[in-house]
Amino acid sequence: MPDYAWPDAEHRTLIGKRTTRVDSPLKVSGQAKYTYDVHRPGMLYGKVVRCPYAHAKVVSIDTSAAEKMPGVKAVQVVQGPGSNIHWAGDEIVVVAAIDEGTAEDAMRAIKVQYQQLPHLVSDAEPPAGSAQEQGPLSLDDIGDMFDNQVPPRQIVSQIQQYGLSEKPTDDALKEMKEDGAPDEVLEALRSATIHPEAGKGTPSNYQKAATQTTGDPDKAFAEAEVVSEGLYGIPLITHCCLESHGSISEWTDHDHVFTHISTQNVSGIAGQMAEPLNIPATNIHVHQDNVGGGFGSKFSPDRWGIFTAEISKKADGKPVRYMLERDAELKVAGARPSAYARVKVAAKRDGTLTAWQSNSWGTGGPGGGGMPPIPYVFSVPNQRLEHTAIRNNIGPARAWRAPNHPQAAVLTMCALDDLAAKLNMDPVDFFGKNLNLTKARENTYREELAVAAELMGWKEKWHPRPQAIDGIVRGVGLSMHTWGGRGHASDCDLTIYPDGSVELKMGTQDLGTGTRTCILVVAADTLGIPMEGIQLLIGDTNYPPSGGSGGSTTIGGVSSSTRRAAVDARDALFAKVAPALNAEPDQLECKNGRLSVKGDPSRALSWKEACSKLGAMPITVRGKNPDRSKPPDLTNSGVGGVQMAEVEIDSDTGVVKVRKMVAVQDCGFIIDLKTAETQCYGAMIMGISYSLYEEKVMDPTTGRMLNPDMQFYRLAGFSDIPELVVHMMTGKGYDERGVIGLGEPPVISPGAAISNAVANAMGVRVPFLPLTPDRVLTAFEQKGRV
Amino acid sequence: MRPFEYVSPYSRKQAISLLGPTWGNTEVLAGGTDLLALMKDDVVTPKRLVNIKDIADLRGISSDAQGLRVGALTTLGELADNENVKKNYPSLSEALLEAASPQIRNMATIGGNLCQRPRCWYFRNGLGLLPKDESGKELVEAGENRYHAILGNQGEAKFVSPSTVVPMLIAYGAKIRLEGAKGKRELPLEKFFVIPKTESEREHDLRPNEIVSEIVIPPASDLKAAHYEVRQREAFDWPLAVAAVTLKMQGSNVQSSRIILGYVAPVPWPSPEAEHAMSGKPVNKETAQKAADAALAKATPLSHNAYKVKLAKVAVDRAILKAAGGTA
Ligand SMILES: Cc1cc2nc3c(=O)[nH]c(=O)nc-3n(C[C@H](O)[C@H](O)[C@H](O)COP(=O)(O)OP(=O)(O)OC[C@H]3O[C@@H](n4cnc5c(N)ncnc54)[C@H](O)[C@@H]3O)c2cc1C
Repeated sequence: MPDYAWPDAEHRTLIGKRTTRVDSPLKVSGQAKYTYDVHRPGMLYGKVVRCPYAHAKVVSIDTSAAEKMPGVKAVQVVQGPGSNIHWAGDEIVVVAAIDEGTAEDAMRAIKVQYQQLPHLVSDAEPPAGSAQEQGPLSLDDIGDMFDNQVPPRQIVSQIQQYGLSEKPTDDALKEMKEDGAPDEVLEALRSATIHPEAGKGTPSNYQKAATQTTGDPDKAFAEAEVVSEGLYGIPLITHCCLESHGSISEWTDHDHVFTHISTQNVSGIAGQMAEPLNIPATNIHVHQDNVGGGFGSKFSPDRWGIFTAEISKKADGKPVRYMLERDAELKVAGARPSAYARVKVAAKRDGTLTAWQSNSWGTGGPGGGGMPPIPYVFSVPNQRLEHTAIRNNIGPARAWRAPNHPQAAVLTMCALDDLAAKLNMDPVDFFGKNLNLTKARENTYREELAVAAELMGWKEKWHPRPQAIDGIVRGVGLSMHTWGGRGHASDCDLTIYPDGSVELKMGTQDLGTGTRTCILVVAADTLGIPMEGIQLLIGDTNYPPSGGSGGSTTIGGVSSSTRRAAVDARDALFAKVAPALNAEPDQLECKNGRLSVKGDPSRALSWKEACSKLGAMPITVRGKNPDRSKPPDLTNSGVGGVQMAEVEIDSDTGVVKVRKMVAVQDCGFIIDLKTAETQCYGAMIMGISYSLYEEKVMDPTTGRMLNPDMQFYRLAGFSDIPELVVHMMTGKGYDERGVIGLGEPPVISPGAAISNAVANAMGVRVPFLPLTPDRVLTAFEQKGRV
Repeated sequence: MRPFEYVSPYSRKQAISLLGPTWGNTEVLAGGTDLLALMKDDVVTPKRLVNIKDIADLRGISSDAQGLRVGALTTLGELADNENVKKNYPSLSEALLEAASPQIRNMATIGGNLCQRPRCWYFRNGLGLLPKDESGKELVEAGENRYHAILGNQGEAKFVSPSTVVPMLIAYGAKIRLEGAKGKRELPLEKFFVIPKTESEREHDLRPNEIVSEIVIPPASDLKAAHYEVRQREAFDWPLAVAAVTLKMQGSNVQSSRIILGYVAPVPWPSPEAEHAMSGKPVNKETAQKAADAALAKATPLSHNAYKVKLAKVAVDRAILKAAGGTA
C-alpha cells in the first residue's frame, strides 16, 4: 500500500514552508482575468428593472415600448403580475440589448405598476408581546433553515416539535434532496404531523423560537456569587464583494450553454442551472479564472445567473452579460444576519462560570433567521436561551464567512468580558480559568492564549477598566473562536507525459485564498519536481469536480485529492523507471527533479529522462477525497483561535482606532504557511471593517437601503489598518491532525476582541457594532467623565 | 446614464451661450468627479453637457495686489502643491490634502469643489434635495439623519454643505468671481452658498447660465490659521464636522477672527457668535471652549445627530487652539 500520509518535517521540500502565491504577478499587474473582464464576441448587455419598494405586489407590467426599441434583443419578465416582492431592489424584468446604454434606455421604457404593502426594515428589539410563538412550520420555513445553515439535527427536532402546516409533495422532497437536504431531515418531513389549519393567518414579523434550557439556570442564578447583565449586538452587513455577482451566458447550440460566472462553486453551478434551463447538467459548461470575493454569497447561479442564460436563448443564443451594479450588489446580493441579545451570566467569585441566560433577536430578512450558537465556545453548565426572529424587508441573507459565528462571538465574548470586569479579573485569567468548558480544544486555547498574550504585550497593556476618562484612552480585549473545516469532496486528474510535462486538472476555484498555490505545493513536493514543472488547470466543468469553497473546506479537499493523485502518479512512474535503474520501484525517490535510487545518488535520471521511459502513453491517475481505500484520512475538523486587539479612542470625538491586532490560529497541518498567514491578515482587516464601519443603513419610510455605495458603506482603508501579528500553531499536537480549513475562523473574533478592547479603554460597554463615534460618545455620556 | 449632447467650447463666452436659462437642461462639466457620478446614478439628468476643460483662461494660479487668483479649473492637487499656497496659505494646502484621494485630487477642480452637490444619501439615492414621500412626509426628519444638519436646518433643507475646503477658503476671506449671460459678478465666497427652499432651487447662488471663473484669496500674512476635521476613517472619508479658523492677533489677544464650520448646516456656517467670543481674548483652552460653545449654542439637532453638536464643538475648539499654535 502506498504511503499517502503527509510527510514529516524532514521529508518536506515545499509543504509547510512559505511559498509566494503563483498568481501574484498576474494579479498585481492586472493581467488576471475575472468574470467581470470577460467580453465575448457579439455579446449583449443585460439590465434589470428593480422594484423600488420594500414590500409590494406586482400589478401589471408593460414591456411593449422596450421591445420595439432598436438594439433591444430580448425582454423577459422575471417576476410577473401577482408576485409578492419582499425587498427593495428585487428583480422584475430583464432586458438584453446591444450595449449598456440601449439596455438602460429599454429598462426605463418598461412600465411596472405596484401595489405597495406595509414594510418593516428595522431590526430593533421586538416590542414586548409582539412575538408569535412558533407554530407548525411551512416548507418555506424549512428552506429558510437550510439557507441559514441550521444544523440538520436541529431542523429535525423543530419538525418533530411543531409539525408542518402542509404535507410536502414528492416533488418538493425530491427538490430538497437535490439541493442537498440530508436524509434525516427528509425522513422527518415525510413522517411529520400535518396541521393544515395553521399557516392561514397573517404571520407576525416577530417569531419566537422555542426556549432551550440546559441544567437548572434558575437555581444557578439564585446561587450565583457574581452576575453580570448586558446588551450586545452586531448589525446586518453586506458581503460587499469587490467583483460583483454576475455571469455571461451563451447557447453554443440549441441545447448547450456556456457560462462564465463569478462563483465560489464552479463544479456545483451546472447542476443548479440544469433544471431551470431544462437541459442536462452535462450540457452546461462553466468557466471562471478568478473571483473577486464571495465570502459565502456566491454558491448559486442565482436568479440573475438563470435569467442571463434564459434571455440569451431568446436572443438567438448570443452571449448575454449581466454583472450586478454596485448598488444592486449591496442591496440584493446577500447579507450577514444581525444578532442582538440581552445576556445575563453568572460565576463564582473565583471566576468559575455557572449560568447563562439570553434573550436574543435578529434578522436575516424575510426569512427571519435562527439563533447564533450561543453561548459560544464555552458550554456553560446551566443555560436558558430565548430567541425571536424578525422577518422584515431589509433584503435577503446569505452565508457570510463563518455563518453565525461572528454574531455568536460578539454576544458571548462581550458578555463574558463584562463578567470578568465585574469579577475584577484579567480576561486572560478569566477565560483561562474556564477553558475546561471548551472541551475538545482546551489545550489548543490554553497554548494560544499564552502566545497571543505574549505577542500583544497584554501584561503591560491590560489595565482594570478606568473609573473616569479624559483625552486619549487605550485598552485591550480578546476573543476566542472555533470552526469545523473538514475537507470537501474533491477529484482531480494528474497526468505525467512522456516528455516530462505534468498537468493537474481540478474543477475547483481559487477565491484569492491561495488554492492554486497550495495545490501546486502539494503536487510538486510529492512528485519531487519544481512547481513550475506542473501546469495546473482549475475553474472549469471540463475538469473533475471539486467542492464549492464554503465552510473552509477547500484546502482540506484539494490538498488531499492532490496528494493521493501525486503519490499514485509518482509510484506509477517509479514502476516504469525502476528496471532502467536496476532497482525496485520502492527503492526510488525523486527530489528537485532528479529521480534516483535511495542512498545511491549515482544511479539517477533527470525527471525528463525518467519520463521518457513511459513510452508513448502518459500516466493519468485520479485523486479523490475522501477516499477510504487510500488511507489515512488526510483532513480533519475542528480548530481553535484566539485574537487580541488594542484600541485607542479619542474620548472627545468617540473615534476608535485599532492600534494592533494579534491572531493566533490553529488549522491542523499547514500546507503553505504564507497563504495561511495571509488568510488571517485579510480576516482581521475584514474584521476591523465590520467592527468599526459596516452597516446596511435602511430608510424606515421608503424601506430602501441608503448606503448602497462605497462612500457610506465604509470599508477600512490602508491607513485604518494597524500592525497585524499572526502566529500559526504548528508542530506537535497540530501537524498530526491533518489539513483543516482556515478561510473562516480568523474572521470570527475581531468584532468581540475590538469591542472588548473599547470597553477596557472606556470603562463602559458600547453595546452594538459598528463602534461609531455617536455610539461611543453616547456610552461615554452614560458613564460620565472626569 | 441618459443620452445627452456634449459640447466643448474654447471660450467663456461660447460656454455661457451654450448654457440654458433654467436648471435641468444643461450642466457645466469640469473634472467630472461629482457630476458623472450623479449622472450615472440618474440624480442629475442634463440634456446637454458643456465641457469647460478646453477653456484655457480658466486655468492657472497667479497673484496680484488683491491676493492669490485661482482659475476655476485648477485642480485640488495643483492648488495643494502650489508653492505660494504652501507658504502663504498652509492651512488651505492642508485642507486640500485631507480631501478625497490623490487620484480624485488630480481630476477634481476647485470650481467644481465649490459647486459640488450635497452628499445627503436621500439626494444621492434619487429621493430629492428636500426629500419627501408621496404623502409629503419629510424623509430626513423621519429617517436616518445621523450625518445631517444641526444648524440652519429649520427649513426643509437638512443636508450638509459638502465641501471640506470651502470653510477654509471663507476663513481666509476668499471671493468668488462668476461670469454669465448677464455679465460678471464677484461675491464674498460665503454669500455664494444659499439654503434652498424648494426642490427646484439649488444650494448655490449660481445661475444656470453662469460659470465660476476664479476665486481670489486676499493676502494672509497677518493671519494665524487652522483647519480641523473630525472623521471616522483615516483613509478617505466624509467628515462628521469641520472647522476653519483664521485669527488676527494683537499682542497675545485676538483682534478679530473668522470661524467657519463645515458639515453642520446646508451652507458653510460662519459663526459670528464664536468670532465675538474670541474677540479681544487670549487663546487658551478656556476661551476656545467658550467660543465652541457659542458656535453651537443655537444647534437644533435632529433625531439621530445630537452627537454632531459635540463633534462640531471639538472641531472649533481644536481649530482655534491649532491656529494659535501655528504661524499662518
Ligand atoms: C471619492 C471622493 C472623495 C471626495 N472627498 C472630498 C473631500 O474630502 N472634500 C471635498 O471638499 N470634496 C471631496 N470630494 C468632492 C470633490 O472635491 C468634487 O467632486 C470635485 O471638487 C468636483 O470638481 P470637478 O471638477 O470634478 O467637478 P464636476 O464633477 O465636473 O462638477 C461638479 C459640479 O460643479 C459644477 N461645476 C464645475 N465647475 C464649474 C464651474 N467652473 N462653474 C460652474 N459650475 C461648475 C458642475 O456643473 C457640477 O454640478 C470627493 C469626491 C470623490 C469622488
